[in-house]
Amino acid sequence: MLDIEIDGKQVQVPPGGTIMDAARALGTYIPHFCYHKKLSIAANCRMCLVQVEKAPKPLPACATPVTNGMKVFTHSELAAAAQKGVMEFLLLNHPLDCPICDQGGECQLQDLAVGYGGTASRFREAKHVVLHKDVGPLISMQEMSRCIHCTRCVRFGQEIAGVMELGMANRSVHSEIQTFLGRSVDSELSGNMIDLCPVGALTSRPFRYSARSWELSRRKSVSPHDSLGTNLTVQVKNERVMRVLPRENEEINECWISDKDRFSYEALNSAERLSKPMIRVDGALREVEWNVALDYLAHALKDVARNHGAESIAALASPHSTAEELYLLQKVVRGLGSGNVDFRPRRSDFSSDGKRAGTPWLGMRIAEIGELDAALVVGSFLRKDHPLFAQRLRQLAKKGGKVSVVSVSGDDSLIDLHAQIAVAPRNLAGTLAGVVKAVALLRGAAVPAGLEEIEPGEQARAIAGSLAEAGKKAVFLGNVAEQVGQAGQLHALGAELARLTGASLGFIGEAANSVGGYVAGALPSAGGLDARRMFAQARKAYLLLGVEPEFDCANPQEAVAALRQADLVVAMTPFRNEAAMDYADVLLPLAAFTETSGTYVNTEGRVQGVGGVCRPRGDARPGWKVLRVLGNVLALPGFEYESSEAVRDEFIPAGASFVGNLDNGIDLPLAPVEGAAAVAEGLERIADVPIHFADALARRAPALQRTRDAAEPVARIHPLTFDRLALTAEARVKVKQGQGEVFLAVRADAGVPPGCVRVAAAHAATAALGEMFGPINVERA
Amino acid sequence: MAILGAINPILTVGWDGDAAWRLQDYVKRGGYKALARIFEDRISPDQLIGEIKKSGLRGRGGAGFPTGLKWSFMPKDFKDGKYIVCNTDEGEPGTFKDRDILRCNPHAVIEGMVIAAYAVGAARGYNYIHGEIWDMYKRFEEALDEARAAGFVGQDILGSGFDFELFAHHGYGAYICGEESALLESIEGKKGQPRFKPPFPASVGLYGKPTTINNTETFAAVPFVLNMGAEAYLEAGKPNNAGTKLFSVSGHVNRPGNYEIPLGTPFATLLEMAGGMRGGRKLKACIPGGSSAPVLPAEVIMDCTLDYDAISKAGSMLGSGAVIVMDETTCMVKALERLSYFYHEESCGQCTPCREGTGWLYGIVHRIEHGAGRPEDLDLLRGITANIMGRTVCALGDAASMPVQGFLKHFRDEFEYHVENGKCLVPPEVQRAGSTFFKATV
Amino acid sequence: MLTKESIQKIDREIAKYPAGQKQSAVMAALAIAQEELDWLPGEAIEFVANYLGMPPIAAYEVASFYNMYDLEPVGRHKLTVCTNLPCLLSGGVDAAGYLKSKLGIGFNETTPDGRFTLKEGECMGACGDAPVLLVNNRRMCGRMQPEEIDKLLEDLE
Repeated sequence: MLDIEIDGKQVQVPPGGTIMDAARALGTYIPHFCYHKKLSIAANCRMCLVQVEKAPKPLPACATPVTNGMKVFTHSELAAAAQKGVMEFLLLNHPLDCPICDQGGECQLQDLAVGYGGTASRFREAKHVVLHKDVGPLISMQEMSRCIHCTRCVRFGQEIAGVMELGMANRSVHSEIQTFLGRSVDSELSGNMIDLCPVGALTSRPFRYSARSWELSRRKSVSPHDSLGTNLTVQVKNERVMRVLPRENEEINECWISDKDRFSYEALNSAERLSKPMIRVDGALREVEWNVALDYLAHALKDVARNHGAESIAALASPHSTAEELYLLQKVVRGLGSGNVDFRPRRSDFSSDGKRAGTPWLGMRIAEIGELDAALVVGSFLRKDHPLFAQRLRQLAKKGGKVSVVSVSGDDSLIDLHAQIAVAPRNLAGTLAGVVKAVALLRGAAVPAGLEEIEPGEQARAIAGSLAEAGKKAVFLGNVAEQVGQAGQLHALGAELARLTGASLGFIGEAANSVGGYVAGALPSAGGLDARRMFAQARKAYLLLGVEPEFDCANPQEAVAALRQADLVVAMTPFRNEAAMDYADVLLPLAAFTETSGTYVNTEGRVQGVGGVCRPRGDARPGWKVLRVLGNVLALPGFEYESSEAVRDEFIPAGASFVGNLDNGIDLPLAPVEGAAAVAEGLERIADVPIHFADALARRAPALQRTRDAAEPVARIHPLTFDRLALTAEARVKVKQGQGEVFLAVRADAGVPPGCVRVAAAHAATAALGEMFGPINVERA
Repeated sequence: MAILGAINPILTVGWDGDAAWRLQDYVKRGGYKALARIFEDRISPDQLIGEIKKSGLRGRGGAGFPTGLKWSFMPKDFKDGKYIVCNTDEGEPGTFKDRDILRCNPHAVIEGMVIAAYAVGAARGYNYIHGEIWDMYKRFEEALDEARAAGFVGQDILGSGFDFELFAHHGYGAYICGEESALLESIEGKKGQPRFKPPFPASVGLYGKPTTINNTETFAAVPFVLNMGAEAYLEAGKPNNAGTKLFSVSGHVNRPGNYEIPLGTPFATLLEMAGGMRGGRKLKACIPGGSSAPVLPAEVIMDCTLDYDAISKAGSMLGSGAVIVMDETTCMVKALERLSYFYHEESCGQCTPCREGTGWLYGIVHRIEHGAGRPEDLDLLRGITANIMGRTVCALGDAASMPVQGFLKHFRDEFEYHVENGKCLVPPEVQRAGSTFFKATV
Repeated sequence: MLTKESIQKIDREIAKYPAGQKQSAVMAALAIAQEELDWLPGEAIEFVANYLGMPPIAAYEVASFYNMYDLEPVGRHKLTVCTNLPCLLSGGVDAAGYLKSKLGIGFNETTPDGRFTLKEGECMGACGDAPVLLVNNRRMCGRMQPEEIDKLLEDLE
């Protein structure tokens, strides 16, 4: 450790740090703009100049390494003169119109100008004007004259997002932050640049000029989207969510959030919000009061149970629901006498049900990802499924960790990968089996039973090599690995790989409560019907909680057909949607994210409670209250809850930070090739879930819907297959699955495995199709 | 002929005829002997660095840093590739000596670089050549081909087992790339934005590897230093100012061009070699070391010898040895305006004080020159330079400030006259008389 | 986008740099592209960026930083006149003025026939030969008095 002194205060700091690090450790604030703890050092703003004993010139605290015995003065005459000098330069060409700037009130430049700026400007020349830029629907770059060229946004792209979309062109005072040829900024993490911008140059386009920062109340929340459990600050004005910002949590999201986390709030104010309960009377939906709707529903459910048996009732929930909602839904269903309940709508293989040792989870803490020496991700559209999880792996690879991906597409994860394999879904298990076998061979271990016929390829051996080395390793199963027909096999193979290599096995988890749903027991009872079979074996009554089957199910075609034939379909949802208006008999308006209290259990098993931060829209009510009253109306026992906390305490011990029984063990024999043989010889569909269509909230957020990530799906086909089918990029194609057919633009894409057609799910343009990973037919339209 | 005059020349001997730059000619003049002797006599890298240190050779690019010392900073035990880089990005206004070195004696640079590579253990090198002197870039590449074919560059040089690959990299119009870390960024294919130091290139240089960067003239001097011996080289100049140096003389002289003279030669001698003042007019001022060096008035420069110490004592810098001579027809405000414009346009835009400050300086001087000066402007100019100097990543901020300070220090009356009268102290017809455009005297 | 010859030239430049450092060739590659196309349209920058495996905006940063790259179309002959102090002292500004009046254009303008573009240059490292001008980034012309300029303009078709 080095002894140094800052403003007369002694501090011990490790060698290799900077004066800025030491000052932060000491709690001494040194003014700065370009410095950011998560970004590389640029030392270009010069605001952090300090005096160092024996140094003839002031030195930038952010870039000056500490040396033993160093004496630093952050407020001396020399330091103050330097800092004031820099501030004067920063303000030369910066518009001095804070009152009309969107950043006003939360601007680092404004704040520091108070302390370091002059009362009047000595600058009498004309100000340099920088033209505005259009970089897409999320980031506003309308006032680039405000830019102080700190390059935080540029470095964020290069270092955190993994893609350099912004650069600083030209030189001298002509330097301008811009995209290449005026293109849009498309990174799924782009919104963080708004937070990083210390001035009003990059601002939130949806939020712009809609409120002043001091008018907003700040409430803590947690993202309802992916499984990370990203911590959010939700900013509210007049009971309306105006903006969502990251809430720093080093153990989860660090100081970042994805664009989906940031901008999905716009859907809360969507015109599609369901504001009153509705019931179908004589074929038409009518708005009714809550008591009428719930009485009607209770009677209808009892009728179905009486006439067709309780097992003719099924319930399906979105994994984005709160744990309390999931818990109460299964409690209502079981109270009615049915075991048909599930919260995994995109799953198609349930062979692991009843074979798991415990609740499937990440297998480690999120923060431990950075400590890994090697990681293998299996079956994932990593960057779009889990933007911040991918970011952690990106940093891991940057510092030398060997990250590999085995999946169904060659998408660029913007990670410096050790190895990457893209195979048809039907070969995913066989390919993973190849890695398992290669490890066994490498280790001199017995080849696991069932893998005798497997031939590991070169990339599989490279991956095996990285996992067989000493160190901390992990195997992560992504969304695709849980959605494909061989999900159980992938789980078992992952467990075997972990056993052989000493790696930990984990599920990244699709949604905010992918772990929470297991904890809440929102799973079919023994003999009950899972998310797939409840539609394959059509029921008489369905309870849908937050789920939109036409977008959210593994086979929307089958799900919607089952719903159409049912006698009773209840949609508990914050949103009206066309399909539900057609098949639902009862619509109950639920409070949306931010409007209800509840719990999310993230992928590492962390319990995070959120409070409602604003009133539900219209007559919407929190889901836990609706289900509680439904239980009461149905006269079911045990529905006397006073709060969502009381609900939670029934299945998560009060005060628990992490849920128990997290265990990825599985008891399934390895048979990776069997499933593959079962798929027909024809084309196979690969369905990604586009990032901004993954859940009901995101797909209604207007700004997100204008991003490139939300572009209309295109059928993407390997060039060889493309040619074999005699397709042309100019003409649309007819894509058929089962009874459904849609017409899509088509593109040859070498990232798609041969014999496959990539057609996104969860989108209105493809909702008529069937199996996400199943046979598909493509022909010229 | 690229050398117009010399006193006791070392570097420029034999710069005659169109073929002087060819390998054959260079070898005839004793070229590559120094390199051959290193291998024949098994001179160790340490001995070599010691010899360069002893010679007192100082960097000829402007800063005058002792060359041997710089070489000794390279980590000896680093095994993962070290680099030698030559800085021929000659863009400091007034400087044009390196262009002539490449024109007349590129092999001396190559030989110097190979020797330096051997001394510091580098396996690869680049010569970064100013984009505007394209012919010299091409010529250097040709010279490299010759040297490779003759076994002076490449694998197993002269059968010694020492490998060194050398390439040319051209700039494309950015003054800042003459700054060594900006130059490295530029070779890496980026904007030429200087890096914060420390770390210095000797520890983290090109591609993050230890790198030695020297000026063209410095490398070109190395073979001669070794051939004549450190002591003889040292004695060719004067203490602390070893050897000879190329001086580029431009401006109001009769014979602008390059001259090789021992360090310590009186300015008056150089002026005389350059044919004296054009049209017999009176010397007004001189910038002795390239445009960044503070200007010195006639009476000061005429008493100076041209060496690092004397010029520094006079309040300026010997810099790159670029002597810009101005006669009585020169408007000092206009001269500063042009220099300020240059630094403003060439600022890389990275650091706040330079990006913003250079434009401010230019704006004010421009106003004064165009009759819109204000009385407070002169103090403001000084105040701005004080806020730029020493506050930036690289020295461009200082380089932009020093001319302002120098011009104001010695010619404040002219600036005041401009502010008060909205016009120049030097009448327009006198200024016009100074231009040689329509009546060339050369 | 570029001819085979240009690609070969770029490949020769790439070979100068260590493995994995293709980006180092970006300045040369952009210069080669400009030599072929007379200027650097965005597609050329993107082509070079993709060829070298770097983000297009990073290549654009380079193209816009160094002032010999032309991001706008120029005439057949781009004349860059140095007006920096040493040249100014020896008629550089007068030479520029002479060219302006002869061609009827100002700096950063192109003659209507597309023959000449005039640019103001910074120090080219040839101050002893002032006034200095550069033709199409390649050919340096020194001591450009009126007669020399007249002759040069005549020679440039």
